[in-house]
Amino acid sequence: MDTNTDISSVLQEKVLDAIAQHIPVQIVGRNTKAFYGRTPLAVPGILPSTALAHPCVVGEHLSVAGHCGVISYEPTELVITARAGSSLSGIEALLATQGQMLPFEPPYFGAHAEDTLGGTIACGFSGPRRPYAGSARDVVLGMKVLTGKGEILRFGGQVMKNVAGFDVSRLMVGALGTLGILLEISLKVLPKAMLEKTQVFSCGAQEAIRRMNAWAGQSLPLSAAMFVDGQLHMRLSGSHAGLAEACKKLGGEVLAHEDMLWASVRDHKHAFFHGDTPLWRVSVPSAAPLIDIPGSWLIEWGGAQRWLKTAMTSEAVRERVVAAKGHTTLFRGDDPQGKIFHPLSPALMALHQRLKAEFDPHGIINRGRMYADW
Amino acid sequence: MTILSFDKQALLTALRGILPADAVLCETEDLRPYECDGLSAYRELPMIVCLPHTIEQVQAILRVCYKMQVPVVARGAGTGLSGGALPLENGVLLSLAKFMSILEIDTANRIARVQPGVRNLAISQAVAPHGLYYAPDPSSQIACTIGGNVAENSGGVHCLKYGLTVHNVLGLRVLAMDGELLEIGGATLDSPGYDLLALMTGSEGLLGVIVEVTVKLLPKPERAQVVLAAFDDVVKAGAAVGDIISAGIIPGGLEMMDNPAIRAAEAFVHAGYPVDAAAILLCELDGTNEEVSEQILRVRELLQAAGATQVRTARDEAERLKFWAGRKAAFPAIGRLSPDYYCMDGTIPRKRLPEVLKRIAELSAEYQLPVANVFHAGDGNLHPLILYDANKPGELERTEEFGGKILELCIAVGGTITGEHGVGVEKIGQMCVQFAPQELAQFHAVKHAFDPQGLLNPGKAVPTLHRCAEFGAMHVHKGTLPFPELERF
Repeated sequence: MDTNTDISSVLQEKVLDAIAQHIPVQIVGRNTKAFYGRTPLAVPGILPSTALAHPCVVGEHLSVAGHCGVISYEPTELVITARAGSSLSGIEALLATQGQMLPFEPPYFGAHAEDTLGGTIACGFSGPRRPYAGSARDVVLGMKVLTGKGEILRFGGQVMKNVAGFDVSRLMVGALGTLGILLEISLKVLPKAMLEKTQVFSCGAQEAIRRMNAWAGQSLPLSAAMFVDGQLHMRLSGSHAGLAEACKKLGGEVLAHEDMLWASVRDHKHAFFHGDTPLWRVSVPSAAPLIDIPGSWLIEWGGAQRWLKTAMTSEAVRERVVAAKGHTTLFRGDDPQGKIFHPLSPALMALHQRLKAEFDPHGIINRGRMYADW
Repeated sequence: MTILSFDKQALLTALRGILPADAVLCETEDLRPYECDGLSAYRELPMIVCLPHTIEQVQAILRVCYKMQVPVVARGAGTGLSGGALPLENGVLLSLAKFMSILEIDTANRIARVQPGVRNLAISQAVAPHGLYYAPDPSSQIACTIGGNVAENSGGVHCLKYGLTVHNVLGLRVLAMDGELLEIGGATLDSPGYDLLALMTGSEGLLGVIVEVTVKLLPKPERAQVVLAAFDDVVKAGAAVGDIISAGIIPGGLEMMDNPAIRAAEAFVHAGYPVDAAAILLCELDGTNEEVSEQILRVRELLQAAGATQVRTARDEAERLKFWAGRKAAFPAIGRLSPDYYCMDGTIPRKRLPEVLKRIAELSAEYQLPVANVFHAGDGNLHPLILYDANKPGELERTEEFGGKILELCIAVGGTITGEHGVGVEKIGQMCVQFAPQELAQFHAVKHAFDPQGLLNPGKAVPTLHRCAEFGAMHVHKGTLPFPELERF
């Protein structure tokens, strides 16, 4: 477990310094998600006073890894509050001692599971359980953030139901640190299921999509659904009697070592994710038919999240996904200076820029990480 | 008479150019029904009411108001309990009541696309033939609209397991104050860019006007069963809730009522509640048949071990509905006991319940106003109902002061001033207690990004710092916060 260290005043000073000196900063935890998002070209040296006007200056690393430790954990209240630099595996281990878990099943992209809570929330990453138990954003109850103005602010709280003020904490989830540096995060946790079982079926992709959606429309204790290489995998979570009955309804073959499969899909260690072909995350309505793009697919989240490896151009991929009412993220590979995230409509882009300016008026945090212009 | 910064006649002419004659109201008797929402202690006649029925009409109304600098307050069914839809005497009240169509039910993707004026319960009724339902169920679900639900981030009795509105909405079409149409989210589980869906949900009409909502539908659980437990002590009932959750069980609903609430509900709907109990717990378990059977046994054991004086499982669906009817009718039931009642809406960490209830009882004696407590025990959302008589001089003022003390107590124990009813005009003073000036300034900054001229529902949800200074002068005595004896988080 992490030592309990609060370096928020150090971080605040660094941000105030950065504002004063016009030197932007790049937020870094354990650097396990450096691959994700845009990697703006760094220009060696600082261009005094004009630095912020230069689109290529991304600035110095601002490390939040030292800001760590669990602040409070109340198993019967189902709430944990931890500093952003805390290790995700440490938090999950602590929850496990009370038979609890993070419902969104966060992925570990670091080689040795050194991922931090802050990085995971800033990226908004969720794992296989997401369609059935909610996303990273869904379980965030409150946050303490350090804005680009150098102010430390609290939003939300440590209770489940709270509608006082705008939901700024959830706005931070998936914003890649562009609106502020996450300092403390409060999350809703849930009890672990007594038992998990995975049933396997051989079928085609289209049939897999149909079945995943048909079952999701019934009262069944589903907790994951994934298709790859002609095999549909359905995970169920619950009590012995509940699962026995549900498995009977579903049919299929029982999968041994099922937890290894789900961890490998979650963390992108599964063979599907090997190789250098660009990897796309495709988000579509769960029952959307197969999209006609040459390449290989892994379909999860009951059909709502699909991974695509293809050499096709970004424009062509995006055009076909949009036709299926979806959107895309270039997750790995291809041009790190290009359009990684799905282009926004002009009206939404303008609104994003105005919001960014209200949280980071000097434009000093994580410039260009999400979209090129800010 | 307020001095208007615009020409009312010119505004009326412009609005009549957009809408049919019967969709622009400005005579006092026509305006009267819109003078308040569910919080009737606050009333104000709007200057003009508009009743558009197309998105283009709403867009045109907003453009006119934007150009002429006229404030706009959007309204659904007007069931809100915090004065969020309270009109402005110099503003346009924009009713979305005519947007009543369910545009699409997509059973394969388990979503429904609906207009903002569709009633919450109407969605579940429309999709029931497909074995689906819309999860959030505020007590006003017969009347309240989905647009209002999104604006307030409404809850209900099933939030612990199924979440609030923010967890059950996938997409919104929103008009900004300048009439620009924003497509936020859609039919996918997430959307690119910032999570504007979360930001819009619960924004109380300050950021945009919702003109379409895409909601997530869930399969109806195979079985739902309710256990009713009676306790001779509220502390024991509170501890029992912790025991159930510690055992790894997340009930579909978990509600607590104190003795005055039990008596009122029993006298009103004859739900079969034990009227001599200090508190009752209603614990609903839902899921597959087998799962529910196992959990019912376990919960009964836990409740007995926690010292329940009586544990009853509903014998059949009729009795289950009867148990719930008592809870769902708790507010009107209490309304029968008193000329008026004032419903509070704080959330607290559940373990602080005993001290909060004790302090509320002390305040009740101090202010000489009776209180009944209804508690969404699973998620810590407490609804103390203060009984008063508005016709007695000074009693409303005393009630509001008492209510304010309860909210400040919720903050002091680490909770919040509103769990599901919103801030509106009602709790705007307590926002100054819950948030620091820089945090309030950041809320204003967020509003500025959406509505730079501050024309959408001005004066609600987020107080100005000036207002807080006045409020602080009244409430903070010699620099000490309320309840200095309580530990703060």
